[in-house]
Amino acid sequence: MAVLDHPAENVSPPVAQRAPSWATTLDHKQIGILYIITSLIFMAVGGLEALIIRAQLWVPDSHLVGPDMFNQLFTMHGTTMVFFVVMPMLFGFGNYLIPLMIGARDMAFPRLNAFSYWMFAFGGTLTYLSFLAGGAPNVGWFAYAPLTEYAFSRDHSTDYWILGLMVSGIGTTATAVNLVTTILVMRAPGMSLARVPLFVWMMMFDGVLLIFALPPFTAAAIMLLLDRGLGAHFFDTQAGGSALLWQHLFWFFGHPEVYIMALPAFGIISEVVPVFSRKVIFGYESVAAATVVIGVISMGVWAHHMFTVGMSDALDAIFSGASFLIAVPTGIKMFNWIATIYGGKIRMQSPMLFAVGFLAMFLIGGLTGIMLAAVPIDWQVSDSYFVVGHFHYVLFGGSLFAIMAAYYFWFPKMTGRLLSERLARWHFWLMLAGFNLTFFPMHIAGLLGMPRRIYTYSADRGWTIWNQLSTVGAMLLAVSFLFFFWNLFVSWRRGESSGDDPWDAWTLEWATTSPPAHYNFEEIPIVRSRRPLWDLKHPEDPDWEHE
Amino acid sequence: MSEAHLTSAAATGHGHHRGFPAADFNEEHRVQVGMACFICSEAAFFSTLIVAYITYLGKDTIGPTPAEVLRWPLVIAGTIALVSSSFTVHWANSALRQGDLSAFRRWLAATILLGIAFLAGTAAEWRDLIVEHGLTIGTNLFGTTYFTLVGFHALHVTVGVIVLTLMLALSAKRFVSQQHQVGFEVVSWYWHLVDSVWLVVFTVVYVIGR
Ligand code: HEM
Ligand SMILES: [Cu+2]
Repeated sequence: MAVLDHPAENVSPPVAQRAPSWATTLDHKQIGILYIITSLIFMAVGGLEALIIRAQLWVPDSHLVGPDMFNQLFTMHGTTMVFFVVMPMLFGFGNYLIPLMIGARDMAFPRLNAFSYWMFAFGGTLTYLSFLAGGAPNVGWFAYAPLTEYAFSRDHSTDYWILGLMVSGIGTTATAVNLVTTILVMRAPGMSLARVPLFVWMMMFDGVLLIFALPPFTAAAIMLLLDRGLGAHFFDTQAGGSALLWQHLFWFFGHPEVYIMALPAFGIISEVVPVFSRKVIFGYESVAAATVVIGVISMGVWAHHMFTVGMSDALDAIFSGASFLIAVPTGIKMFNWIATIYGGKIRMQSPMLFAVGFLAMFLIGGLTGIMLAAVPIDWQVSDSYFVVGHFHYVLFGGSLFAIMAAYYFWFPKMTGRLLSERLARWHFWLMLAGFNLTFFPMHIAGLLGMPRRIYTYSADRGWTIWNQLSTVGAMLLAVSFLFFFWNLFVSWRRGESSGDDPWDAWTLEWATTSPPAHYNFEEIPIVRSRRPLWDLKHPEDPDWEHE
Repeated sequence: MSEAHLTSAAATGHGHHRGFPAADFNEEHRVQVGMACFICSEAAFFSTLIVAYITYLGKDTIGPTPAEVLRWPLVIAGTIALVSSSFTVHWANSALRQGDLSAFRRWLAATILLGIAFLAGTAAEWRDLIVEHGLTIGTNLFGTTYFTLVGFHALHVTVGVIVLTLMLALSAKRFVSQQHQVGFEVVSWYWHLVDSVWLVVFTVVYVIGR
């Protein structure tokens, strides 16, 4: 029986009434699952694109896909992964978990929530419709002007890119408003901001970052659209417009975006690590404070993506210094997670496996990031495969490993069933091996001078072996994801029943049934500490006596 | 675990949460916080357009320049109208809070008229610029940035006028009462935002930019 919910017969949640239609649902849990499923579909597509990229680079002078198709592939791959996979997947978990974690019955604005989801689904679909309309976007996920100006991009592919991202961006802004409001006003009695789970903390700051970083991107996209459609001159260098302005505006959004994808991942890790180490998180306050510091600094470092465009030395130095600074709060978090694990009674179940994988991979990504923030190194390796290696360690090794931990951790909450540990282990080890085999050699290829976004190379460059390793790694990765999808599929239908609280966790989402009834909690819990469920389970030694 | 250890809101008298499907805490602040977040995102949006405007000030390769075509009298009249409307919408809000519905409707109508007056001024200015001076969004950087910035602001005023008109119509049908004061208050915040943005636009475009 759930700790805080009445037994099913008392409340009799009418199942038939509960799930009338997914298309019109306003329930945060259903919307969360819609987000998760849709982003999984996009992940399969984006992964397929990556595989074709890697297949093309398998041998020198390959003619598998032409240069034009290659441009479309890497543009759509990057765009998809950032906007239609990682972000919506995080929103999916946020949507599902936040009301449960703070003891609320729904998000602050359920209708707006559904609106956001449909804007994302529509924006993503719109971007892909370009394939039917003569060609997908082929200008990179950063869509640098003036390459994206009408003069150089005469078909409609760039318009699809702009409109698709604008539509989903409006939905995302709405999500951000919803997240911040929900967390600020919907908390259960006693759940002060100093007591919310760290995942909630980080999702709130994610919302804040989005609120300030996304509208400038929308504005820039509108400017580009006006240039293309109405003959405006924002980025038209012939008329005095500036290509640099696009870069500044894009990266003013683009860099915080990295943290928008990373903060919720940090939040997931901050939930998983304590539960599987059987210890309270080490330094709750410093983890939360580091979130704020990261958020603030991340708004001020965008130009480290532009060291090679020839800004002044002074500007380079300022942005380089600010970028180094980010390592401090990030290091604090790393320290806290490791200190939480240290001396704990560690249970190496699948969520913890992926969490530890995250720690190691994200560390490597962070270190190469520090290297890139040093201007002379960046000048040397900018736009080479070194960069591709770096950001995949951050985005894939960081965000996606954490998201995988989230799947294994919260799947029982959503379905009432456990994912198979055996399949999870296959998934994990294949993914870890495949991941490193794919992305580590990219650093070397990059140092050997292999530029980013080239569709082929000649045999005398010495890049062949590194590309072949990468491609083999990508195949391994693909296989590992087959295990993941298969696991989701079979466990959802006939996985082992999990009970309400399979991990003996401490946060409120585990206090209700799995899956939760439509209204989450029959009785809204009163919260007295950061681990309300611990207090309920251990009345003889509750946390709040020590706080 | 025994039932005795359950702590719940009901047990301590916070019983108002009962009932299906939802009952929220701090419900009264929900709309305000949501609107505050939205206003922040709008401010970020307009800041970007303003940055673009400032970036391109005086970078034009061909005319006309702002000093050649922007006229003071009309825009000053429009500015006075819009600034006054911030006061009238505030008074409408106070009247609604006190339950004085007829005063509410009067101030609301005044706000709408002032908003429309401002839009009329913008329309007249645009007609002048386009027809008399041949300045369009494609003419030069000034045209590009001017029409984008002022256009998006005017679009926001238009949305505001539509919402306020809807509220006036609803209140004439007796659908708006004191209990909707919070709803009206956040609409008035939006109106103040549009007004503040205009003051920045005015300063940048008509004072500095000229
Ligand atoms: C199966 C896993 C993946 C493989 C094999 C893969 C492979 C690649 C390769 C080879 C490129 C470089 C294309 C080029 O510059 O020529 C690339 C670009 C990129 N990838 Fe991935 N990737 C994978 C997963 C991800 C994930 C999970 C993300 C997460 C957000 C991601 C984000 C990006 C981005 C943003 C780009 C830049 C695209 C551009 O330059 O426009 N990738 N990927
Ligand atoms: Cu960056």
